[in-house]
Amino acid sequence: MRFSFTEEQRQMRDALRSSLTESCPSGRVRAAWKTPDAALRTELAEQGILAINLPEDAGGLGLGAQDWVLLAEELGLVAAPVNLIETLATNPTLAAIGALDLASQVGTGAEYVALEEPGGYALDADKAAGILAVRDGRVGWLRDATLVAQTSVDGTRRPFKVDGRFEAVDADATELLDRAALAAAAELVGLSRRMLDLAVEYSKSRRQFGKPIGSFQAVQHHLVDALQRIAFAAPAVYRAAWSVDTNHPNRSVHVSMAKVYASEAALFTGRKALQVHGAIGYTFEYDLHMWMKRAWTLSSAWGDVRHHTDRVGQFVMSGGQDA
Amino acid sequence: MDLEFSDSEKRFRDDARAWLEANVPRTPLKSGDSREGFAEHVVWEKKLHAARWSVVSWPAKYGGRDASLVEWLIFEEEYYRSGAPIRVTQNGIFLLAPTIFEFGTEEQKERILPAMSSAERLWAQAWSEPEAGSDLASVRSHAERVEGGWKVYGQKTWTTRGAFCDGIYGLFRTDPNSERHKGLTYLLVDLNQPGVTVRPVERIDGDESFAEVFLDGAFVPDANVLGGVNQGWKVAMSTTSSERGLSLRSPGRFMKAADRLVDLYQRRPDPGLRDRVTRAWMDAQLYRLYTFQTVTRMIEGGEIGADSSLNKIFWSEMDIRLTETALELLGPDAELLGGSPHAVDDGDWMLDFEFALAGPIYAGTNEVQRNIVAGRVLDLPR
Ligand SMILES: Cc1cc2nc3c(=O)[nH]c(=O)nc-3n(C[C@H](O)[C@H](O)[C@H](O)COP(=O)(O)OP(=O)(O)OC[C@H]3O[C@@H](n4cnc5c(N)ncnc54)[C@H](O)[C@@H]3O)c2cc1C
Repeated sequence: MRFSFTEEQRQMRDALRSSLTESCPSGRVRAAWKTPDAALRTELAEQGILAINLPEDAGGLGLGAQDWVLLAEELGLVAAPVNLIETLATNPTLAAIGALDLASQVGTGAEYVALEEPGGYALDADKAAGILAVRDGRVGWLRDATLVAQTSVDGTRRPFKVDGRFEAVDADATELLDRAALAAAAELVGLSRRMLDLAVEYSKSRRQFGKPIGSFQAVQHHLVDALQRIAFAAPAVYRAAWSVDTNHPNRSVHVSMAKVYASEAALFTGRKALQVHGAIGYTFEYDLHMWMKRAWTLSSAWGDVRHHTDRVGQFVMSGGQDA
Repeated sequence: MDLEFSDSEKRFRDDARAWLEANVPRTPLKSGDSREGFAEHVVWEKKLHAARWSVVSWPAKYGGRDASLVEWLIFEEEYYRSGAPIRVTQNGIFLLAPTIFEFGTEEQKERILPAMSSAERLWAQAWSEPEAGSDLASVRSHAERVEGGWKVYGQKTWTTRGAFCDGIYGLFRTDPNSERHKGLTYLLVDLNQPGVTVRPVERIDGDESFAEVFLDGAFVPDANVLGGVNQGWKVAMSTTSSERGLSLRSPGRFMKAADRLVDLYQRRPDPGLRDRVTRAWMDAQLYRLYTFQTVTRMIEGGEIGADSSLNKIFWSEMDIRLTETALELLGPDAELLGGSPHAVDDGDWMLDFEFALAGPIYAGTNEVQRNIVAGRVLDLPR
């Protein structure tokens, strides 16, 4: 029993953190609301991140969810305007169906494979070399797809309603969607951490009644409650990464728990952070809303709280044991 | 990351499970918070001790098994899973003992710990006073220096099981010119002596589990000063994080409660409450994960620290959500106490709910925990 990351995993996280702190300030996120940020994919590819979970014969690092989960969290921290979830989810699927050429192109950032969120939308489908989807529990390509562009509340996201000829492939749909939900959960934890940081910093500098607002107990308790949710969501996410890697029999239950707690932490933290900021947080010019909006979209994508609670419920009510 | 248990941890679990299955009383004991029930529980504690299951994580020479932290968690899971009686020794073995391990002299360890693990002497905690609740540093009880020790004066209150235990531990002002956190000493006071009056006080559940302890010149020998005269605050605080963070409420307790709730749901399904039952189960699992993360950090040389307060907030509020859900499932039967012909599960859920309501109050109220996290973890201004 050892519930912690390895030294290498932490180092990868730290390396990505310092590079993103430099390269992805909030101004870059804001800019991506106007013009999609194609360069960021290339930058991540250069650091090996787009190929992290590809096999070596597709030019990848052959690593697993425990290696990428902290990286996804880092991308959430800076609200990076990039669809890493799709890539982390689809990479092993591409490898499993033997699409190694395409996979290695994804790894270098030259190509992008979109993934339709079940019942929902596919991001940047217009730029994709292929669109994967899950229909009736099977994975497949959507060929000759028609795309209908939509506008997301999060201006960095470009969702398309997609439809097309479904060409099934031999890959596990639940595994694919579990990876997507896990990656989303990890990003949500990162988003939450930054929203809390913003609120904590603000509460130390903003003064009212002659004192920093962070000295008021009502404000403090808002922040502590957010921290508590984040602190408890994180281990659920990390455990799910281990379960994905080990293909644990209860993997899907663990992923669902991760997504439930991470979604709630992010929604809750967003609300509390906004409250602590007062009206400034309600402006378009202040950064908070970009994190909040990403949190709204990711908490409902890849299975919302209801969906995942229901999936755990089915397990528990049918006598499932998880000790 | 490796979330599997090792072979030896699995064997440890099997051993614990086998012993508990063979030995846990078939009919539940009377409440450990009543005089009669307390005596029954002490008998059980002695049985646990005889088989060396009473304090698994302690060194063998004090009655333990030198079990690791992970094994201790496993034992706790098995203990609750088996439906074994509550631990009336808890405030000794989980709260006083860690302080003795850290600050006690060899003589104190050898004298106090074996008698604690064997349930020959049971301990109650005496922090609270009528004027000192959350603000513990305002204690008024004091001790006067006499030949060979101290005479203590004052009143302690809410002393859980104080009416049944043999000794109390708490803070006393030993320096009359001191204020607040200074000049306090951590003393162990024998209750069976002149100068001590203990008055039981009924709790809302009807058990006489609270006690008021009146001290009027009771004697405390120097050998019962824990950690040095006027050092009491530091001594008392040193173990509060392990209490809140780990030892007081182990995950096994809530996993068992969640399993019982799922079982109740299956007997009385109500689709409108299904998600809440699921949530209670998930919360218990989440608490377990959080605890394993904490334990790993400790094994790797880290500390529990102030974020243990987050833990206390989580388990106490989870417990209320869980028991409230049970009462909703029970509907009109929720009010029926044990002994009622139609009581479900012998009315236990209402008692569990009543006790859950105390969680945000004892062991430092949740407001105080939030203040601690705000100051020490988030570094917010005062
Ligand atoms: C079931 C049970 C068992 C107990 N067992 C024991 C025991 O064995 N030994 C023992 O010594 N004590 C015991 N206690 C007492 C417990 O430790 C105290 O109740 C607790 O410390 C709170 O003190 P108080 O009751 O005086 O409340 P107060 O301190 O008067 O608090 C009343 C309310 O004011 C709030 N408040 C106080 N200060 C602040 C602040 N700074 N910021 C925000 N809010 C604040 C509190 O959070 C609370 O909501 C037990 C209590 C219960 C319910």
